Amino acid sequence: MPDLHVRGFAGGIDSPNPFWLASAPPTNCGEQIMRAFDAGWGGAVWKTIGEPVTNVCSRYSSIDWQGQRMMGLNNIELISDRSVAENLRELAEVKKYYPHHAVIASLMVASTREAWHEIVERAEDAGADGLELNFGCPHGMSERGMGSAVGQVPEYTEMITSWVKEKARTPVLVKLTPNITDIRAIARAARRGGADGLSAINTLNSITGIDLDTLTPNPGVDGRSAHGGYCGPAVKPIALHLVQQIMSDPEAALPLSGIGGISNWKDAAEFFLLGCGTVQVCTAVMHYGYRVVEYMAEGLENWMRSKGFNSLADFRSLSLPRVTEWKNLNLNYKIVAHIDEPKCIGCGLCYIACWDGAHQCIHMDRVSGPVNGPVELHEGPSTVEWRSRVAVVTTPVTRQERAVDPAVHGPYPTPLAKIPRVDETECVGCNLCALVCPVDECITMKRVENGLPPESWDERTRGAVCVQNPNAS
Amino acid sequence: MSTATLPQDSELLERFSELKPPLTAQAAVIEANRCLNCFDAPCTLACPTHIDVPGFIKRIAAGNLRGSANRILDANILGGSCSRACPVEVLCEGACVMHRYNRQPIQIALLQRHAMDNFHAAGYDVPTAPPNTIDLNVVCIGAGPASLACAAELKRRGGRATVIERRELPGGLNTYGVAEYKLRAAESLREIEMIRRMGVEFRFGVSIESTAELAALEQEFDYIFLGVGLGAMQRLNIPGEDSNGVINALELIAAYKTAQIHEVRGTVAVVGAGNTAIDAANAARRLGAETVYLIYRREERDLPAFDFEYDHCKQEGVQFLWRRQPVAIRPEQHGRLLLDTVQVRQMEDGGLVPMSDTQHTIVCDMVVPAIGQSPFTQLIQEKRRIVVKDGLIVADNLTGQTGNPRYFAGGDCVNGGREVVDAVADGKRSALAMIKAAEAIYA
Repeated sequence: MPDLHVRGFAGGIDSPNPFWLASAPPTNCGEQIMRAFDAGWGGAVWKTIGEPVTNVCSRYSSIDWQGQRMMGLNNIELISDRSVAENLRELAEVKKYYPHHAVIASLMVASTREAWHEIVERAEDAGADGLELNFGCPHGMSERGMGSAVGQVPEYTEMITSWVKEKARTPVLVKLTPNITDIRAIARAARRGGADGLSAINTLNSITGIDLDTLTPNPGVDGRSAHGGYCGPAVKPIALHLVQQIMSDPEAALPLSGIGGISNWKDAAEFFLLGCGTVQVCTAVMHYGYRVVEYMAEGLENWMRSKGFNSLADFRSLSLPRVTEWKNLNLNYKIVAHIDEPKCIGCGLCYIACWDGAHQCIHMDRVSGPVNGPVELHEGPSTVEWRSRVAVVTTPVTRQERAVDPAVHGPYPTPLAKIPRVDETECVGCNLCALVCPVDECITMKRVENGLPPESWDERTRGAVCVQNPNAS
Repeated sequence: MSTATLPQDSELLERFSELKPPLTAQAAVIEANRCLNCFDAPCTLACPTHIDVPGFIKRIAAGNLRGSANRILDANILGGSCSRACPVEVLCEGACVMHRYNRQPIQIALLQRHAMDNFHAAGYDVPTAPPNTIDLNVVCIGAGPASLACAAELKRRGGRATVIERRELPGGLNTYGVAEYKLRAAESLREIEMIRRMGVEFRFGVSIESTAELAALEQEFDYIFLGVGLGAMQRLNIPGEDSNGVINALELIAAYKTAQIHEVRGTVAVVGAGNTAIDAANAARRLGAETVYLIYRREERDLPAFDFEYDHCKQEGVQFLWRRQPVAIRPEQHGRLLLDTVQVRQMEDGGLVPMSDTQHTIVCDMVVPAIGQSPFTQLIQEKRRIVVKDGLIVADNLTGQTGNPRYFAGGDCVNGGREVVDAVADGKRSALAMIKAAEAIYA
């Protein structure tokens, strides 16, 4: 049975599993967090505590994609609108009933040593297992000199982190903003300031869209809007990249709690493989409720079992060495696309993608006879389409006419003329056709042995530079 | 009479409720999102008018319903009625790659109807080229789908077109002949009103019966398009055929669709087993007939009707009598009809031979012949040297041009009775061929 326990994260935080709720509306109050723990969450980062704010309505807007709701979520909500005392009283209550779950206090106060010392002391007295410094909130709070206004300046980040460390007895995590050129600069500053761990990423600056009737961007507040913070499945690739950047940098790497579009166990596994010790989730819970954690824990366990991993440590960071700079990639590695004819449904999507979006090496020439070679030798999409548009077709009204079923064409379910063919002599192995093909495992990329030894751009040009260098030889 | 609508008949609406209800707006978007947006899509190829199916479906998904309808109308001016009347199981939806993917084809017909209903409800107009962009004046004889498509295509491209019709209402079988639970006459007329607004001229109650009338048309117009349909039904050629209570299938359908009859009682015998026979048999059941027989001389496996039409017919409660042929109709004293039938046997050459001692008489109240249709084309055959073979006008497959270069033809009078969409494709091809021919003359 794989063990999902987290022990001693960032120098001392334990939780029954690595799935934490991120500091956000799902962790607004103690009642919510206790229900979340009952549902299976291992930890929760409290909705950021500080001087109470006044919020606006509305607060959220989202991106739907081809009928799927909330591929990305945007918010202009600020930190907790409840008093520090009320939040901390409930935090103490949660810790009393759930002593083994991780309860992290997310904090944001004015940028003075006294203010930070006071809030740290009060949060820890209430029983917080750790502190998360919100240096990432990109909207509203940043206009008041807090949140990402701190997290975008390495010196401020280092200074405030060190103030907190003067006082803190529990692990201190710094939550990083992605709205910066190089996240490593801030991560290094947090580490210099003494942070025990990091959380990444906070939300991305965004305008999700504009109401085309009112011409007001969403979410509208009495006819106007403001940029918000973007999260949800859409931001996962950005988050993964920034996590990799931090964890690959020896001066920045710290125990990391990964955040950004995690919706299922696969997403979570990816963050662990790039070095995260825990993950935090918000949008998936806002969409479907706390119950989503069941699928995450179960799925991760089943995958760990199938891979023979017994603990999170067994696979943490395993993918990190597999990310390198482009210049180190093997230029002599050659693959080509392969279409599995019996699986092909004849949708033509790989054909048009290759012609318009790639390298013109998929052709509709199985019936007319295969021709390999450059684009000039082939009929393009417009000819293929024109042939269909001028065809005289009539409704098959008699049984005999209907008996000539166009789908029956010998060995394949799709008519041979509609199954595209890859010209392997021209295929550059880009993957595009395999990506657009709607059928699983219909188009796969096959290794072509070319007998050449591995050679990277770095190796190739280092040689060239040497030849041109007059001091060589 | 113009292209005005028929009065609503509530009894008719109730007896012939729609077979397939329309999609709601959100259901349409969900269905539209399922479409894979195939390149050189097989649904487009399978459609005789080659509607850009993925093109109109993705416009629905993108919230551009008007653009979607325009894309449909680009290829098929009767896209609204085709979305209801087409046997899509053997056309676009039958060709959908989803059959080989996750099995359920995209509901193309319902999506097309969604776009077209929105277009008609909003009262939008079809974009047309400025009048007289091309110098061409064409008359279309018969206001059925083939002529309407020909005339509309000419107007779209800036020519002139006039449609003449012997009946009071336009639309041909679209108005008078498609089962009401598929396509309501009012919906057909709404569509033709749109064509009239494009600038197509209509002349009703005009029938061409003499050489002089033909000559007058030749004088007035550059080309003549024959979209005359199949005219009168073929006769059974048995004694008693002219008795009261014998009504041919197309007449029966036209009569109920125009609310001239509301009810049929007792027992009805439909002779024939094509799609029109099935429409008539179903209609008789819905109009109240207790027993409806469908009498067919061959066997179930030879049935010319589509499978789904056959299944539907059985669900309506129609009873099939196989290998049976009518030999006489005799009026009975109480106003009923005696239909004498005989069992037949199929010979190896396909011929049918009556079997001895198999005479059976069906007592019924109505006999409905629906045994194939034949065009009335004698006039043009004899006076304008247009070739007619087996009752059908011979025209070029690609252009619709007949042996007489000023005459084009399309629809049922050429193909012997196919679908609305086939007639539209014919009419459109003829219009394009006329434009090309005219350009060749004036170039």
